[in-house]
Formats: sequence, structure tokens, C-alpha cells
Amino acid sequence: MNAYQEFKVIGSRPVRPDGLDKVTGRARYGADLNMQGQIYGHVVRSPHAHAVIQSIDCSKALAMEGVLAVMTGDDLVKPGNEMLGGGEGAMALKDVVPMVMSQGKVLFHSQAVAAVAATSPELAAEAARAVEVVYEVLPAVTDVHKALADDAPILHDDRFPDGYPEEPTNLATHISLTVGDPDAAFEKADVVIEHTYSVPMCHQGYIEPHACVARVDPAGRVELWCCTQGHFTVRHYTSAVTGIDQGKIKVTASEIGGGFGGKTTVYLEPLAVVLAQKAGRPVKMVMDRGDVFRATGPAPGAETRVKLGAMRDGTLVAADVECLMDSGAYNGNPAGIPAFMATACYKLTDARSTGRSVYTNKPKIHAYRAPSIPQVTLGFELAITELAAELGMDPIDFRLMNAVEEGDANMMGAPYKRIGLRECLEVARNHPHYQSAVAEGAGRGVAMGYWINAGMQSSATINVSSDGHVAVLTGSPDIGGSRASMALMASEVLGIPFEHIHPQVAATDSVGHTDVTGGSRTTLATGQAVIQAAEQCVAEMCRRAASEWGVEAGVVTWSQGAAHHGENTLTFEQLARRAGGMGGPLTFSSSLTSTSTAPGFGVHICDAEVDKETGRTTITRYTAIQDAGKAIHPDYVEGQMQGGAVQGIGWALNEEYLYNADGVLENPGFLDYRIPVASDLPYIDTVIVEIPNPLHPFGVKGVGEVPIVPPMPAIAEAVYQSTGVRFRDLPLNPPKIVAGLASG
Amino acid sequence: MNKPLNKMAVQATINGEDTAFLCSPGQVLAEVLRDELDLIGTKIGCNTGDCGACSVLVNDRLVCSCLVLAAEVEGQTVETIEGIARGGKLHPVQQKLLEHGGLQCGICTPGVVIAAKALLEHNPDPTEEQARYWLAGNLCRCTGYDKIIRAVLDAAKTMRGEAA
Repeated sequence: MNAYQEFKVIGSRPVRPDGLDKVTGRARYGADLNMQGQIYGHVVRSPHAHAVIQSIDCSKALAMEGVLAVMTGDDLVKPGNEMLGGGEGAMALKDVVPMVMSQGKVLFHSQAVAAVAATSPELAAEAARAVEVVYEVLPAVTDVHKALADDAPILHDDRFPDGYPEEPTNLATHISLTVGDPDAAFEKADVVIEHTYSVPMCHQGYIEPHACVARVDPAGRVELWCCTQGHFTVRHYTSAVTGIDQGKIKVTASEIGGGFGGKTTVYLEPLAVVLAQKAGRPVKMVMDRGDVFRATGPAPGAETRVKLGAMRDGTLVAADVECLMDSGAYNGNPAGIPAFMATACYKLTDARSTGRSVYTNKPKIHAYRAPSIPQVTLGFELAITELAAELGMDPIDFRLMNAVEEGDANMMGAPYKRIGLRECLEVARNHPHYQSAVAEGAGRGVAMGYWINAGMQSSATINVSSDGHVAVLTGSPDIGGSRASMALMASEVLGIPFEHIHPQVAATDSVGHTDVTGGSRTTLATGQAVIQAAEQCVAEMCRRAASEWGVEAGVVTWSQGAAHHGENTLTFEQLARRAGGMGGPLTFSSSLTSTSTAPGFGVHICDAEVDKETGRTTITRYTAIQDAGKAIHPDYVEGQMQGGAVQGIGWALNEEYLYNADGVLENPGFLDYRIPVASDLPYIDTVIVEIPNPLHPFGVKGVGEVPIVPPMPAIAEAVYQSTGVRFRDLPLNPPKIVAGLASG
Repeated sequence: MNKPLNKMAVQATINGEDTAFLCSPGQVLAEVLRDELDLIGTKIGCNTGDCGACSVLVNDRLVCSCLVLAAEVEGQTVETIEGIARGGKLHPVQQKLLEHGGLQCGICTPGVVIAAKALLEHNPDPTEEQARYWLAGNLCRCTGYDKIIRAVLDAAKTMRGEAA
């Protein structure tokens, strides 16, 4: 049961508070701040994908006039087995440091090996070229199967995954789970299908490259400005990587130009700090677009084998899923999620799921919107569709027969509370899109998606000014409209106009610890902190009014932005104006670890038409339906659904990391790594299904990640329906379609 | 070892103001706008003309300012995002982007505003398809373009004097 049942402003669509700055060019992003006296950092990157660094000589670079500092991996801490929390899941320090700068060994092309700082960007680039690095080049391996072969070059000779203690291997992780007796269940199944599906490595593709500027004062205190999904995480990681105490580091989050999980760690920030410390001048660093593609964490490619068993009546009885994921050069922990969550949309009492991840000579993978679930879902959902066809059933009817609802458990064990997957499927079945005839030559696909949604730590502070306006400070960088949702929630509780609320993203020294904007957690968890702080404000105002009127606080009510008792009324503004004489400044903070999270589900319907001559696929109609909990600001809920769907469309049709035999990325730019453009797409219709999350006071649940999950299997099915040829390996780009059609 | 200072003096009309700046011969307009003139609303997403975040108008022509040498604008008229809202009043494209929620992170927004303004000056009544092709040079990774296209077509309506 939700604490709030009826809403006055929640669910409305006001203009976002930061909108004006963003449409007029005033908003300051990572590269938009310059500090007085700043110089410029430039990173020296490896031209080899696998090599031992024999020596680094920075003396010629340092001797150049205008070059004020040089550094190598020796200037960073030597990681042991420390674990860092705070990103999207725990990360080992030894997997973070080498993504900032290598120490002794290079494991992917363009890995940082040294950095310089000089008085101009051009001079810094020139000095970087003067750094002399001697490499012993080793053979590189970029394919997961080749990396597991007996004769593969081994990336880490000091890492032994659980169950493989004997000798080093490129296997990074291996997780296997079983519920019930899947083998016996397959025995009794009427129909069994088994196929293997694959999805390529891709990049989050945020438009803003990583950027930061750092200043270190003579006392060793660090000021850092950067674009990030979590400035507390930047402070923590920068401290861990440089050895500087967190207490000496202040991080201010700039506006952020997209992240999608990719900006939940550090790359340039510790380098700028070390260079600034050495040079005694602020250091600005901006990553080149090519280096964003070559040297920051992409999403893992994956191969998924799916075996499903069903009875003739349409009951799904058994599943066996095995997902092999590319971890890149270090451990990005991608294998657990497919193991735990592959089957999460289905009632299955007998199932086995396995996730393995493998080291290859590519950048360490990093979070990308619902990390690792889209890859395994391509396989699972497409197999479900193939099985429905085998049974002669409508794909939505088959899913409705087997979809999870309240009380069902997934592989993680705990039963679901109130969820809206079945409602989404029913909306899909009755939607005009699904009811319409498929156009001649086109095909239609349907798929579902799940994401667990994170809770984690958040803080908020409310400061009331004497005119009754309110500053709402949170530690959550606003990546897609969260200031608007924070202001709406504060306005709802306080009962004062949305325009009187001024939400701000506060620096690490000005608000309590807050984990990253990620895991679809911000509106849920940071929102919860805002709601609690606002409730404290209301309680205090009622207490003050009661004291003024000489009555018990418990008899004073709060409504429409005022305290009431009998004929007495004191408005928010009156209480704010008189704060000094009634108990002092009105300031309220709340910090929490949210345990209110609930999983999200979506159903997408896609119509696509394949040009049989050129192999080009056109998405002709697309509908996204999602169990979004209570939508605080529906524009930004729809926006998440549309944006996520389009990222999935890009991954399905075009996006792919292409490596050559030497482990060099061949398409490190937006020309050759082609993300969807406006003319590729139709409008993305959305239906928000509001099943309130019973654990959250406003019924909020995470929204942002689910929408990238269903598109790949929905599109792959639409392409099959359009062409009659089954494609199980993505992306479905024109050359692949043309070749597939030719071979039938 | 510093190279001799090799700067050119350039005069141009930028957002309606006579402006003079110094630049090196190889410096691109985007860099000068941002670093010399503090017009940071022009964003650099790729530096190769692929993303459109640095879109500006030079003599009313839509260009990627990362592909134009700063010295090329000598004597020309340049309009950046900072010059679009005039007299405290937003351009209809800006207003409609706000009303439709046509931005999430906002990094592509200045380029989208510039490009859409140019579109509506060329074609006051574009079809959805024409708007999509015109804006195909402005990458947005957040929105899926849905609300951007709706906002631009709505702004066109407003500019034509039709009721929304």
C-alpha cells in the first residue's frame, strides 16, 4: 500500500527547471569549465593490443619548454585485492586502475601508458609524441572462443576463477544456477528447441566525451570538476587510484552529456589530479572521440545458447541457458546477470542458467543500460517466439500463459510482489498496433524485457528561504530530467508551487553521500530521500504552528501548502518568513539506503520491412509498453522508453565493434560506428502502465533500463517475418541480410 | 622551443555583435567560439563533423563549426546558440523543446536548435520526413528523436501562426 494515494502535481508535465539553461547553451558540461591558470593534459596510448612495457622514457617530453608534468602508471597505487563499491555494483581496484593507466603490461589497444601536461593542448599532444615507450609485443586475442583455446595467449597469469585453481586461463568468471530438475523436465516436454544467438560488443555512444579539470592546492586539497553519473563514486575511485584521502577531494558534477552506465567510473580524473599535483597548476583533460570508443568500457558482446521445453498446451516447462560474454581485458563481471536474470519473465520451476565471461584484448567492458540483460534476452525471447511458432500459438498468448506475476519466484529466489508484466502483455495484445494488419512485405515481432532496478544510497537536503522558496539539494547528477521529478515530489509533499522549488545537484561537500545515477534508481531512491526531507519540513512546520496556536502538534493538519487547525491557518510562506523567531532556519536532510526497489517489465511491438535488394531494414512502426510504477513526470518516462528502444534498435541493426587481427578497433567514430539518426526512425509510441510499486511512498519504480531489453529480439523476429529467413546473429546490417537471403 | 606566435586577427559579426579575435591558422571555429569567446553553448562531440553538436549558422548556412576554420569567418556573420533567443524571448524551437520534453541530457540540444531554426527558415511547413532528414546530422543518444521531431513540427506550426 502506498503512503500517498492521490496526487496534485505528480503525473503533470511542467517544464524542467534546468531546461532554460539547456536550450540556450548556458548549461556547463564537462568540457565547459576553465580554471584560472589551467594547463592541458594529454594521454600517451599504446599502439599495441597486447604487450609488455619494457621502459617508458619521459625525459625528452619533460625537457620541452611549456611541458610542466609527466606521469606513468608508477604514479598510481599498486592495487591488491581491494574492492570498491558505489558504481553499478562492486568493482575490484585491480580492474579500475589499469583502465586509468597501465602498469607494466598493456592488454588492449589505446590503453593509457603515460600522460603529460603542457601550456597548450597542441603542445601537450606534441609532448605526448615525445614520450618513448619500448614494448615487447605479444600476440593478441579478441575472440572469446579463441581466447578459451588451449594455445591462446593468456592475459592474466595471476588470476584463477572459482573452480579453476590449477593453471591460469582467460576464463574470468563462471556462474551456474539450477532450480528444480531441468533434465527431467526436458524429458517430459512435448516440444524442445535449442538454438544459439549472438550480439556484438557495442558502445554506450554518449555524445559528450569524458572531460574534467582538476586543481590541487599547496595543502594537497583537490578540486575536481567532471562529467559523471556519480561524483561521490569519482571521489571514491580517484582516492583509491591516487592514494589521496577522500576527505581532501571535492568533486563537482558538471551537467552530463549522456552516460547510459558508461560514466560510472573514472578514466581521466585521477590523471588530471596527479598531473595538477605535479605541475602546481590546474589541469584540464578532454577525451578525443576516437579514444572514447577505443579506451572506455563498451558493453560486452555475448553468445547465448538457449534450450526450451514446452507442453503442447503451451506450458513452458524447462529452460537451459548458457551465456558466454566478452569481459575485455579486465573483469567487468558481466556473467552474473544473465545467469540470475535470463529467465526472470517466466514461470519456470525447472531451469538451469550459466554465465561465463572471458578475458580478451579489448577495453574492459562497463555498464550499459540494463547491463548484460539485452544480450541474453535476444536469445531467450527469440527462442520463446520460435517455440510459440512451433506450438502454433500467438507469441503474446504464449507469453501470457507463462509470464510471471505476484508470488512467482525467479532464479534469485525471492517471490515477486505486485508487478505489471501481465498487464503489459494484455495492453500489447489489445493495442491498435498489434490489432492492425501487418503491411505487405513487412514483418512483426514482439518481445518482453526485465530489469531488476537498483536501490542503493541517496541523500537530499531541503533549505527553505525566507520568502518560502525551497532549494532541493541532491547528489544525483541529472542525466535525463531528474531535477524535474525531484521538484515535483517536493512540491507534492510541501504543497507549494513547482516553480518555488529549485532543485540542484550539490557537490560532494554539500550533500550526503549518493551513489551513481544508474540502475534506474534516481527517481526511486533519491526521490525517496527528497520525500522524507520534505515530510520532515512539513512536520516541523506543523509543530511550529501548533506552538503558535497553543495546541498539540498532532491536531494540526497540513494541506495545500499550509498548516491548519480550526479557523487557524499558517501558510508555508508565512512560516518561512517567521522562521527566525519560531525556532530558526528550516533545513532538513534525509539519507537512506533504499530497500523499496521493484523490478520493471516491458513489452515491445515492432514492424519492420527489409529491402530484399539492399538488405536495409526499416522500422515502420514501433510501440513500447512498460510497467513504470507511478510516472512522476510522464514526458521523461516516455522519453526513457523511446530512447532505450532506439538504442536497442541501433544495436539490433547496425552497432558493432569491429576489430582487426591485431586488436585495433576499425570503427572508432560516429561515421563508421553508426548510431540511429532521426531519418532512420518512426515515432516510438509509448504506453505507460501504472502499477504502483507497493514499497515506495509514491509507487515509483525504475524506468530507464527496461526499454533497451526487448528491441533486439522483437526486431530479429520482425526481420524473419519480413524475409522468411531466420537470423540469430546480430547486428542485422545490410551485408548480413543480403548474404543471409542469398543462402536462403 | 616554443614556436613563434603565429596568430591571425579575424573580425566577424557574431550573434549580431562586431567581434574580433586572434586564432592560429589551423584552429577550427568551434574551438575559438568555446575557448576564445566563451561561447560554450557550441558543443564538441566528435570533432569530425559526424554528430552535429557544434552546429552554427555562418551567413545563415548550417555548418559544423568543427569543420570550419576560424579564419574562414572573416567578414562573415556567425550565429550560435547564445544568439538564438532574442530580447529575453525564446525562439519557438527552444520553447517547444521545453514543452515537449524534447531533451534529456541536453548536450545535443544547442545543435538541434540551430539546425531546426535553419530548417524552418528554409521550409516553414516541413513534413515529418523532411524534418527527420534535415535533422539526420544531429545525433541524439537519449530521446530516440520522437519528442524532438514533435517539438520542431509544433514550432513550425507556431511560426506559421497556426494554433497548436
